[in-house]
Amino acid sequence: MTEALVQALVDMKEAEALQRAKHLLAGGTEPLEILESCSRAMEIVGQRFEKGVYFLPHLMMAGEMLKEISAMIKPLVQEQKAEAKKGRVLIGTVEGDIHDIGKNIVVFLLEANGFEVRDIGINQKPAKFVEAIKEFQPKVVGMSGLLTLAFDSMKKTVEAIKEAGLRETVRIVIGGGVVTEKIKDYSGADAYAPDAMAGVRLAKEWTQRR
Amino acid sequence: MQQRFLEVSAEAEKKQEERFSVWLKGEGIPFADADAAAAYRERVSLMKDAIQLRQQPKRIPVCPSAGFYPMQYAGVTMYDAMYDYRALGTAWEAYHLDLEPDAYSAPTTIVPGRVLDILDLKLYEWPGHGVSHEREYQYVEAEYMKAEEYQDLIDDPTAFFLNLYFPRIFGALKPLAAFPLLPPVNEIPMVVPLAAPFGAENMKGALESLAKAGDESLRWRSALREIGGRIMGRGFPSFAGGFTKAPFDVIGDSLRGTRGVMLDMFRYADELKEACERLIPSMIKCAVAACNVTGHIMPFIPLHKGADGFMSREQFKTFYWPSLRKLIIGLVSEGLVPQLFAEGAYNDRLDVISDVPKGKVVWWFDRTDMKKAKETVGRVACLAGNVPLDLLCAGTPDEVKTHCRDLIDGAGVGGGFILSTGAGIQGSKKENVKTMIEFCKDYGRYGKR
Repeated sequence: MTEALVQALVDMKEAEALQRAKHLLAGGTEPLEILESCSRAMEIVGQRFEKGVYFLPHLMMAGEMLKEISAMIKPLVQEQKAEAKKGRVLIGTVEGDIHDIGKNIVVFLLEANGFEVRDIGINQKPAKFVEAIKEFQPKVVGMSGLLTLAFDSMKKTVEAIKEAGLRETVRIVIGGGVVTEKIKDYSGADAYAPDAMAGVRLAKEWTQRR
Repeated sequence: MQQRFLEVSAEAEKKQEERFSVWLKGEGIPFADADAAAAYRERVSLMKDAIQLRQQPKRIPVCPSAGFYPMQYAGVTMYDAMYDYRALGTAWEAYHLDLEPDAYSAPTTIVPGRVLDILDLKLYEWPGHGVSHEREYQYVEAEYMKAEEYQDLIDDPTAFFLNLYFPRIFGALKPLAAFPLLPPVNEIPMVVPLAAPFGAENMKGALESLAKAGDESLRWRSALREIGGRIMGRGFPSFAGGFTKAPFDVIGDSLRGTRGVMLDMFRYADELKEACERLIPSMIKCAVAACNVTGHIMPFIPLHKGADGFMSREQFKTFYWPSLRKLIIGLVSEGLVPQLFAEGAYNDRLDVISDVPKGKVVWWFDRTDMKKAKETVGRVACLAGNVPLDLLCAGTPDEVKTHCRDLIDGAGVGGGFILSTGAGIQGSKKENVKTMIEFCKDYGRYGKR
């Protein structure tokens, strides 16, 4: 029954997916089962993205559909099962840069993949990253930036984390816009993610290992 | 509309030659001396030969995108450059005269801050207005047009911009929501409905803001003309002389926004395609008008949302390319050479974008594989690019040299190549910029190898 919902989601058929979710609910399917099939669909969408079959618009659309179905179902879930989260990821756009589309996609994918994510937003000073790391204690820190001015902001943020004595507690990944492998070395981050799924892969790898 | 702009006009060739000769002549440019005039013409010829693909130029022209770099180079803040036109001129002059790139990057994107202040532009944050004095202005992503408004845009683009869009993006122009619809004004009973809205006090205020912004814009323009004269007069032709955008980007950048337009490809596919079509004539006319004024042949066209990753190949062919191709054909028909600056990478769609008339456009790449580009687009169009910014900002002069050598040995073979950068070079190390320019002028000589 839920297979048709998964298929509609994977095929980007929004109206059909919403309709099917509604019908499933009305037919007595457990809300949690519907949410689980959404996760299955998101996994397939993620795989297609990695294979180069799907692109950013598909991720955006998948995120929209997921949001709509969650809004329909969440109120019906009496008590949320404490989901076993994969790990904590702190993410933000570095100082001076106000762009967030790429970051938001990474957040969506991380959450769809079971991570507990804290998004501190755009134009965040190094001190803000440090403060948030102390508070949230993530295993992974993601820094985003679209402009060349982000290079130095990333470097300064890594330095601030180091100075605060927190460098050994986190793995740092950078991404976005003009960021490259070279900027990973320049900034002192641990890795560079060329796209959103690469960021998720790194987060998985790092949280499993530690 | 579906049938328009599919084939270049019969006069395209002749018009292009005429425009090239106007650019080459450089009438009105206050040349410092005969040598400067000769250097100017030599550089225009290098670009002309590279563009037309008829003969190999003497050497590869080096035309980096200055971006905001001249300010950094001269120690002028972004705020100063946007508010003090003398500081702007000093920075631009220092960069061009010291480093001697082959083309002048006019500071047309260093827009006057006071004009933005007067009109209270909401699309951007700029120094002293959301970002610090040292930072560059940045676009504020939002849905400035709602998805339900496609039909308004399609019905009457001008009315859409006046009545809905401007009141949202200009705080000072909110009263334009009452700007009358124009097509009905053609009979005596419609004269009053035309005039009445302009009697309202708030409308008078809006028009006054526009007049003030106009005064300041004219001051800025005359400053820019003077700066341009000083730099071009020393032998550096401008790299571009006009501006337009791909219809899809008009909608995707600052009407619907990135998220909006990506979802629209699924939810409002037909409306999105039709709206792109509707925008084509205006986007052609604005570039033609600007190039007529500047006497230049190349309108600059930054391409944003059509890159690999931003949409699938299928989506590119459906939503992005059809209206962009018509824009290109419309411009080429007027004798212009569209300077298509493809931000990001286009490796997955090089065959699609090769469908352009030969020797009539410049494809300027950012992260595209230039070897692949040379074998495809390079057969029909001059290529430009693509020294990357990470290299210029964080690399060494030797690494820059190696990269430039590879570009020249690959994309540069046989002509049809302008060496440039993948983006505006702000943040670059001076020695890297200098090395790029000097090395290419020497190693890029065709007779040499």
